[in-house]
Amino acid sequence: MNLLELGAAALAAAVREGEVSARQAVEAYIQQVQASEPTVGAYLRLDEAGAREQAERIDQASWEERRRWPLAGVPVAVKDNIVMEGMETTAGSKILSGWVPPYSATVVERLVAAGAIILGKTNLDEFAMGSSTEFSAYHPTYNPWDPGRVPGGSSGGSAAAVAAGSALVALGSDTGGSIRQPAAYCGVVGLKPTYGRVSRYGLIAFASSLDQIGPLARTVEDAALLLEVLAGVDAKDATSVDEPVPPYRQHLDQPLPGLRIGVPAEYFGEGIDPVVQRTVEAALQRLAAGGAQLVPISLPHTPYAIATYYLIAPAEASSNLARYDGIRFGLRQPASDLTQLYESTRAAGFGVEVKRRILLGTHVLSAGYYDAYYLRAEKVRTLIRQDFEQAFAHVDVVATPTTPDLPFPLGSRSDDPLRMYLSDVCTVTSNLAGLPAISVPCGWAEGLPVGLQLIGPAFSEDLLLRAARMVEAVTERPRWPWQREEA
Amino acid sequence: MAAKAVGYDVIIGLEVHVELKTRTKLFCGCENRFGAPPNSLTCPVCLGLPGVLPVLNQEAVAKAARAGLALGCTVREISKFDRKQYFYPDLPKGYQISQYDQPLCEHGQLAIYDGRGNYVKTVRIRRIHLEEDAGKLNHLGQRLSDAAGSLVDLNRAGVPLIEIVSEPDLSSGEEARWYLNALRTVLSYLDISDLRMEEGSMRCDANVSLRPHGWAGSLGDLPRVEIKNLNSLRNVERAIDYEVERQATRLAQGLKIELETRGFDDVSGRTYSQRSKEEAHDYRYFPEPDLPPLRLEAAQIAAWAKALPPLPDRVREELKAAGLEAKDAEILVQDPSAVAYFRAAWEAYGKAVPVANWMLSDLARLLNAAKRGYGDAPVPPAELAALLTQIDRGVLSGRMAKEVLEAMFERGESAEAAIRRLGVSQISDEGRIRQEVEAVIGEHAKVVEDFRAGKEKALAFLVGQVMKRTRGQANPEVVNRLLRELLSEPVRPSGS
Repeated sequence: MNLLELGAAALAAAVREGEVSARQAVEAYIQQVQASEPTVGAYLRLDEAGAREQAERIDQASWEERRRWPLAGVPVAVKDNIVMEGMETTAGSKILSGWVPPYSATVVERLVAAGAIILGKTNLDEFAMGSSTEFSAYHPTYNPWDPGRVPGGSSGGSAAAVAAGSALVALGSDTGGSIRQPAAYCGVVGLKPTYGRVSRYGLIAFASSLDQIGPLARTVEDAALLLEVLAGVDAKDATSVDEPVPPYRQHLDQPLPGLRIGVPAEYFGEGIDPVVQRTVEAALQRLAAGGAQLVPISLPHTPYAIATYYLIAPAEASSNLARYDGIRFGLRQPASDLTQLYESTRAAGFGVEVKRRILLGTHVLSAGYYDAYYLRAEKVRTLIRQDFEQAFAHVDVVATPTTPDLPFPLGSRSDDPLRMYLSDVCTVTSNLAGLPAISVPCGWAEGLPVGLQLIGPAFSEDLLLRAARMVEAVTERPRWPWQREEA
Repeated sequence: MAAKAVGYDVIIGLEVHVELKTRTKLFCGCENRFGAPPNSLTCPVCLGLPGVLPVLNQEAVAKAARAGLALGCTVREISKFDRKQYFYPDLPKGYQISQYDQPLCEHGQLAIYDGRGNYVKTVRIRRIHLEEDAGKLNHLGQRLSDAAGSLVDLNRAGVPLIEIVSEPDLSSGEEARWYLNALRTVLSYLDISDLRMEEGSMRCDANVSLRPHGWAGSLGDLPRVEIKNLNSLRNVERAIDYEVERQATRLAQGLKIELETRGFDDVSGRTYSQRSKEEAHDYRYFPEPDLPPLRLEAAQIAAWAKALPPLPDRVREELKAAGLEAKDAEILVQDPSAVAYFRAAWEAYGKAVPVANWMLSDLARLLNAAKRGYGDAPVPPAELAALLTQIDRGVLSGRMAKEVLEAMFERGESAEAAIRRLGVSQISDEGRIRQEVEAVIGEHAKVVEDFRAGKEKALAFLVGQVMKRTRGQANPEVVNRLLRELLSEPVRPSGS
């Protein structure tokens, strides 16, 4: 049996029953990491020793203990903006080079408590600011389906690791599409939960009112299983919500007869690559053939979403990044006075995209501009939220392409920030509205994956996962890149 | 001496920061304590490490709300937190979590009194908001400009503060001092802060403007000078007086007053420019996304209001109604432990005025010398009452009672035990005293003659002699009366 072929639920079951040892699973994945990393570059840091240690712990535990671990022996990759005690965490930035956190994120604690094995930390655009992972201060990551193309971003490392078989599941973070867009580009499932569904404690903040941690996985089932472990209120995060966590995986195959799928005009047509649009529409037609109702709707404030997002997110980022001052941790450049210390440290430590957003955000919050930019953006944000509220009076979920285009070649947009920002055009609205959204592969075009996005009302992850499962059921997936390599 | 500015009204508003005494800091579980080794009371949250989030301390909310209620404020059912952003090494996150446009408490007032307990005016309080304190820098060297380095201590970072902002209703340094005194008194009744200006648990900034008579514009249009970090009541008064004179002098010379931030040098007694308008920070406030709005139930606010202790204004009236002089009442009112002591002793003894007199004279002197307060006085209120009862019964003279009180204070004895141990008790038996008086008159014929010749002073000598013979135990009133009685009798020929 090739252990890489097992889904998370099946692998965990096998480990719990002692049919497979966690150590075997870890060795299989370490081997795959070694095989794929030279061409994919998904990881910033591997923790083989730590992974083996945790595997030993699982294997030596009693059956009584092991049977309580839903992710027993499941190898997980963690985006490098999520902290783990004792393991260097950089958020893809030079300014945090060498920083070893003295504490772990709540999601990391939950994973470990569920028996998961953390393989390492994955690459990302610096501080999660980007849509291609090219803005990592360390190295780029390559799309496993086509190494000439980007894996998307900012969770490009996590998405590529899952697609490359170098992790079974992964954690990403999503501020404007950073889980869903790379999931779409890498042909995996990516879920951004409702704001407050998963604790942000230990997530290095980009834009606090938009950030959410979520799962990336090969299948909807694995994503559901992972979300069950991640979700739930956390006393350390005042914005987490005390809402019951349903058994997502158990509900997955409950049918959704007559599911009303809203198809918003604003997400189709202009600006969307026709190949992508055709692929998404074909998938929707297959769903309709299976009994779903396609309902044309309008989300009229969608055209303002990118502008709104690029005011609010940089404003919050400029504030969240103020702590990287060279005083207590991370990089410090030599200086003769305090102002110079700040200036030279931040000039050397931050990359170009981060600097761009700090400048933008600082300007947006400045005296005399706040009302015109930040406050106005907050008002539009309310309108976008209301668009969805009105839509969900008539439909159960909203379906859109996840991305306006196919994965683009490396280097093709790095010098054109506006064009890069438009990669988020389909995904930012759910962050602004705080709604859950999932990207699920719905077809392949030109050998590259296309993602379909489903957006639901707050705390409708259960419904979204079931609907995504339906998409998965009507989509033919080619062999994974790692399966092809094997062949 | 209050500074004068002829042709101008002096307009002063104060911003007072008060550190709340809570078990833990405002947004993390670290202990809130003064004086621990540097950085020993810190965690990832108050160090501002990447990834951490604040969680609001409900104890701090309750204490801030109670402060607001005691100062007559409205406590908002919904308030929110904002980030105030600037770079400084003692500010770990690069922003302070504070409250900008929706503070916890608004629209209060505080009556102020002069040193003699006379009402002066009522100052409006604009707002009270909750925020976190910054850490401290310790510069290595004499002055910041040539310091070899600076050490950052973040024990104080994240300690809960309330900032109490007054309306510009004060008009002199002296009034500012009275205001601070009244504020400190009210807060001391709530036991929510140490209120020690020298330790920084209470800090004051003063805004000073001069308004020309007949000024028609708004106060906001007047050039305002902010004096930062005044660290004692006396320095608040000195700094304001200096600043008023400085501004008046400049205006008299036809110079302008610049909008600026100034510091106060307590050695020279002068204010000095720290930051001009051009260098002023743009704090770029925006709503704190990591904390949801703070919602309080109306019932909770009402319960806090109901549970407030009797406050200084009410206690002051009560004491005056009990017959105390305004000045004495004021001294007691300013110290809640003195009020508690007074109440207990008054209840045990029955009369208010003698209790106050003994507290404010002899007991206060003993407490001062021992550096203690009424809260830990070695003579409990009931024993002071017992002592006063012995005076009323004629067992002790006032002078003896002082001696007994000292003994009680030193040894922690009861009044009864001290009287027994010292063997003091007053001789009030007239027959016994008459014998001694007659003996003294017989021994001091010359002095007796002087007295009879109209020298009143001579009487005191004779009283002294009687007291000496009775080792101070004769009731002085009886001695006086008997001396006068016997000396007014005609001289009897000796030996007859």
